[in-house]
Amino acid sequence: MTDTILSIRNVSKTFDAGGQFVKALDDVSLDVERGSCVAIVGESGSGKSTLANIVLGIYPPSSGGVVFNGDVLPARRDKSHRRAIQLVQQNPLSSLNPKRSIGASLRLALDVHDIGERSQRKEMVRALLEEVHLPPEFADRAPAALSGGQRQRVAIARALACQSELVVLDEPTSALDVLVQARVLKLLGELRPKRRLTYVFITHDLAVVRNIADRVAVFERGRIVETGATEKLFTNPQHPYTRGLIGAVPVITRDELALRASLSMEADT
Amino acid sequence: MSRPVLAIRDLTLGFKGWRGETDVLHGISVTIDPGERVALVGESGSGKSVTARIVLGLLQSLRSARIGGTVEFDGRDLAGMSPAERRHLRGTRMSMIFQDPTSSLNPVYRISTQFHEVLKRGVPDIGYEAAMARAGEILREVSITEPQRVLGSYPFQLSGGMNQRVMIAMALANEPDLLIADEPGTALDVTVQAQTLDLMRRLVERHDTSVLFISHNLGVVREFADRVYVIYKGRIVEHGPTAALFDDPRHPYTRALMAAVPRLTGGGVPDIGEDTEAFSAPMVDHGHGEQRP
Repeated sequence: MTDTILSIRNVSKTFDAGGQFVKALDDVSLDVERGSCVAIVGESGSGKSTLANIVLGIYPPSSGGVVFNGDVLPARRDKSHRRAIQLVQQNPLSSLNPKRSIGASLRLALDVHDIGERSQRKEMVRALLEEVHLPPEFADRAPAALSGGQRQRVAIARALACQSELVVLDEPTSALDVLVQARVLKLLGELRPKRRLTYVFITHDLAVVRNIADRVAVFERGRIVETGATEKLFTNPQHPYTRGLIGAVPVITRDELALRASLSMEADT
Repeated sequence: MSRPVLAIRDLTLGFKGWRGETDVLHGISVTIDPGERVALVGESGSGKSVTARIVLGLLQSLRSARIGGTVEFDGRDLAGMSPAERRHLRGTRMSMIFQDPTSSLNPVYRISTQFHEVLKRGVPDIGYEAAMARAGEILREVSITEPQRVLGSYPFQLSGGMNQRVMIAMALANEPDLLIADEPGTALDVTVQAQTLDLMRRLVERHDTSVLFISHNLGVVREFADRVYVIYKGRIVEHGPTAALFDDPRHPYTRALMAAVPRLTGGGVPDIGEDTEAFSAPMVDHGHGEQRP
């Protein structure tokens, strides 16, 4: 039996843009297994972030529902739901409070959710920083005194602080240099089994998806056009849109060129 | 052999700040021959964008910048020119495409007005009607099928990909000898990015424009450039024809950079050590390879 942590059921979302109705999500259903990493890919405007916001409870779906750990999530989430589902954003500079030290940002999560003994929390913050491979002394620094990669590690630590179960990663590495991106992805890969986390990984970078996701859901204009195990989806994509996406990724090795060429050949026939 | 369009020799750059001077470039040399597409690839902070700014003559007037070495454009030393002469080169003989097309177009003017401005740099007394006819022609060249609608729009009414095409059209409108492209398309979706690159390649080939292509994305560089310079902390660490460099990267930094790029064929996330000492190894030069016909 599979253990489904998150189940998105027939979710639609329509926005009212000044009398004009925009359908951002159209009857989307998706199951996420506990401990897995599910990637949501698509171009901008395909509804990936709308789905993330619905999972996080930032706004409710127009129709359909989200089931988390067997319970239907209410439109207004209570604290335990907010604790269990956390977010890591694309740009850590704008998602961390610039006036607050790193330590205070991390501690806030512990205080809000009343995690651990008060006297222990300072130590917990240091442990969190060490867990994301940052020196504990960074607790006293401001976000501006950190590099992009270090800030993203802090953002990850903050998502871990309240002992979350599901982490929504919204383009977590697309603002980083490749060397830094590789280290952050490595860290994410290491934390998932260690903390028994489930990732919903939103990105447009298919090369990243190939290397860290277990399953992939491809979005086009608010609909899921293809979903499947990563390996299978990349070697044998069924939908022309998926093929187009994979075919557009700039690659650096001859093997990758060959893979891309084989996909576009299938598209021609 | 023809004279290079751009020859940068031992370029150094330092910024004077309140804590003394910060060195940004430590003597880089780059040459671009007519019609050649040359990429400068490196991470953020490596000095690739400031190099472009020096070539455009935008940093020379900055009081805190200390520039050494020479930058020759079409055989003439930029340092020997007056600011007015350098200004005259921009938009006519050399032009630039920026990373984010939507924010580099002026939001309060229609494309038509902005295009007219661009064309006036080349032909100062060009009238509005003539300018629009020319603009329509160039827009069609960048595969815009309804140039009239685009010309009548404001930048925010167009999509990112459309704005990027408008930028390319504007940059090539005065038939420049050198096009500087700073991370074009990184703000766009991969499919749009692929189209834009393809379009740019076709256009520069047709007009025989030389390109200095600045990017951090190795994949994009491989698809676009003839020759590649890898820059790390203000030094060129490896140089060679694209195929040679990608098939056989020799400098430790280039190798690390390539290893770090996630592969479309899978294989997991690579281990990247924290050790950066090896990255200061001397430069590896693959030579220019075969001369272009």
